[in-house]
Amino acid sequence: MSSKTMFKKIWDNHVVRELQGEATILYIDTHLIHEVTSPQAFEGLRLANRGVRRPSQTFATMDHNVPTTDRSLPITDLISKKQMETLTENCEEFGIRLYDLHHSDQGIVHVLGPELGLTQPGMTIVCGDSHTSTHGAFGALAFGIGTSEIEHVLATQCLLQYQPETFEIRIDGQLQFGVTAKDIILSVIGKIGIDGGTGTVVEYTGSAIKSLDVEERMTICNMSIEAGARAGMIAPDDKTYEYVAGREFSPKGEEFDKAVATWKKLPTDSGATYDHSITLSAEDLVPQVTWGTNPEMVVNVTETVPDPDKMPTQHQKKAAENALVYMGLRPNTPITQIAIDKVFIGSCTNSRITDLRVAAEVAKDRKVSSGVNAIVVPGSQAVKRQAEAEGLDKVFRAAGFEWREAGCSMCLAMNDDVLQPGERCASTSNRNFEGRQGKDGRTHLVSPQMAAAAAIEGKFVDVRAWGN
Amino acid sequence: MEPFREHIGLCVPLDRVNIDTDQIIPKQFLKRIERTGFGEFLFNDWRYYDDGSINPDFILNRDLYKGGTILITGANFGCGSSREHAPWALLDYGFRVIIAPSFADIFKNNCCKNGILPVILSTESVEELMLASTSEDGYRLKIDLEAQLVIRPDNVSYSFEIDNFQKNCMLKGIDEIGWTLQFESQIADYEAKSGI
Ligand code: SF4
Repeated sequence: MSSKTMFKKIWDNHVVRELQGEATILYIDTHLIHEVTSPQAFEGLRLANRGVRRPSQTFATMDHNVPTTDRSLPITDLISKKQMETLTENCEEFGIRLYDLHHSDQGIVHVLGPELGLTQPGMTIVCGDSHTSTHGAFGALAFGIGTSEIEHVLATQCLLQYQPETFEIRIDGQLQFGVTAKDIILSVIGKIGIDGGTGTVVEYTGSAIKSLDVEERMTICNMSIEAGARAGMIAPDDKTYEYVAGREFSPKGEEFDKAVATWKKLPTDSGATYDHSITLSAEDLVPQVTWGTNPEMVVNVTETVPDPDKMPTQHQKKAAENALVYMGLRPNTPITQIAIDKVFIGSCTNSRITDLRVAAEVAKDRKVSSGVNAIVVPGSQAVKRQAEAEGLDKVFRAAGFEWREAGCSMCLAMNDDVLQPGERCASTSNRNFEGRQGKDGRTHLVSPQMAAAAAIEGKFVDVRAWGN
Repeated sequence: MEPFREHIGLCVPLDRVNIDTDQIIPKQFLKRIERTGFGEFLFNDWRYYDDGSINPDFILNRDLYKGGTILITGANFGCGSSREHAPWALLDYGFRVIIAPSFADIFKNNCCKNGILPVILSTESVEELMLASTSEDGYRLKIDLEAQLVIRPDNVSYSFEIDNFQKNCMLKGIDEIGWTLQFESQIADYEAKSGI
């Protein structure tokens, strides 16, 4: 048998029908939905008089719109409320399991899936959300889809797909203290650009990736879409199996052992080739800070804001000029001289327990700078419980951070957590697009350690110096 | 979905690269539960000032481009969030064709499913068309999907690639869910074989 990439193995395992000149019908194992992108899909089903083929393979949560303050209070945003009610009604009507606002496991869809054991190696997983690539950290093929496709999956448990190319991103070596998975992925995006992965599925390989824990791997796969990739994936190993074991929807007992035996066959065969590949060295990586209005506009914390006049192309020059106007920054300003107003620690990129632990370590026995407003938003109720059991909430509160309920929150600011015009934020989320965190708000993407340190100093600092 | 065979329309040049779906339709408009009515919010933050008044400098607000149905724009159009609200807003506003050097994957897919044709041309060709639609009043193009051609008023044409299956779906306005459901027994076989 010829050598295959992990992507190709998973793809081949899920083909229902594949003929020349047609899109492939690909079977979907797990389908996740949330309140914002699903209402029109259910409406479409009703209009066409269609049902949900496999209600037990779709799972719903409320995350994008939900308030992160006291949940016993009524929701004041009536349109958000309507969207949440619509999801509840749709789930009831079609028999879909829902983790609603008051469910003890509610959380951001990409935090929830792995936590419940819905995310397993070798699966195909889709969700009407571009950061579905997160689940690829388990050696699954996971990608974001549009609402028409949500409807397609609901009706058929399949999707029409075209085979993408494969892209190996190899990172070898050992990370320095204070350099994280977030810095790896921001560096990758800075290097290949926000469309560098378009049309491909990325597999991250190399010793630096192997040494990451599963949650750090999720951070990397999560932001694959910020390089335009369809999906990101990492080969499963013992750490993965251990993470999956014992979760609500994971296989149990003998079934689990059988599953592990099949999962072990997933990694890319030696000799298999990728359509594209690049290699980075982990030793060279430094904490990253974005300075512009998309994730490829990123530099080392030790550098300065770039000068548009030095950009290689006219397009890049113009884009950099626009970005600097929007961001209110001057060329050649050292990154460590940029003062901030807000800090957001959260989002499906960096809101898991390990993220909160490392941020708390930085915050411990220190104080948030006066004039900075800093919030910590756990990715799920389960993360929140775990953090509270470990006393992390107390560490954050004592330092002057606000401790919130789980949700997407200021990652996209659909609830009340919004930047005011001109406010500058150090954010652990994944997008620094114009207006993403509030109209005319200015977002700098960083790791959880870097965000916590910025909160304390009131400006960006090189967290590597805080090592001892 | 409406079939798409041929389209003749007014071009609107939007000379920016990497326009993300947060710009096409900002998140505050994602709370509707319908597919329609998003057109008035298309490019909201560029089209309107904070007080809701119209920004006369933005291209869609210039009289010359009123009624435009073909958007000509920069590389990597539609990157970012997977929200299908972006093609819904473009369609609701009246756009049927978008011409760019490249598109983000999910966005491109979402367009085809809503009867908007994404046309990929070389950067040079897009720049030529961008320039023509900026300097000539009422610059119109004809797009022939069957022949895979973009035809200029002077009859010079550019050919473009599109996946055959996707092309057929658009030409015939095929309901993709219905298409997949023809193979219901194969899906059932797959489930049985996989123990699902
Ligand atoms: S946290 Fe942000 S990126 Fe992640 S699912 Fe929520 S809105 Fe999307």
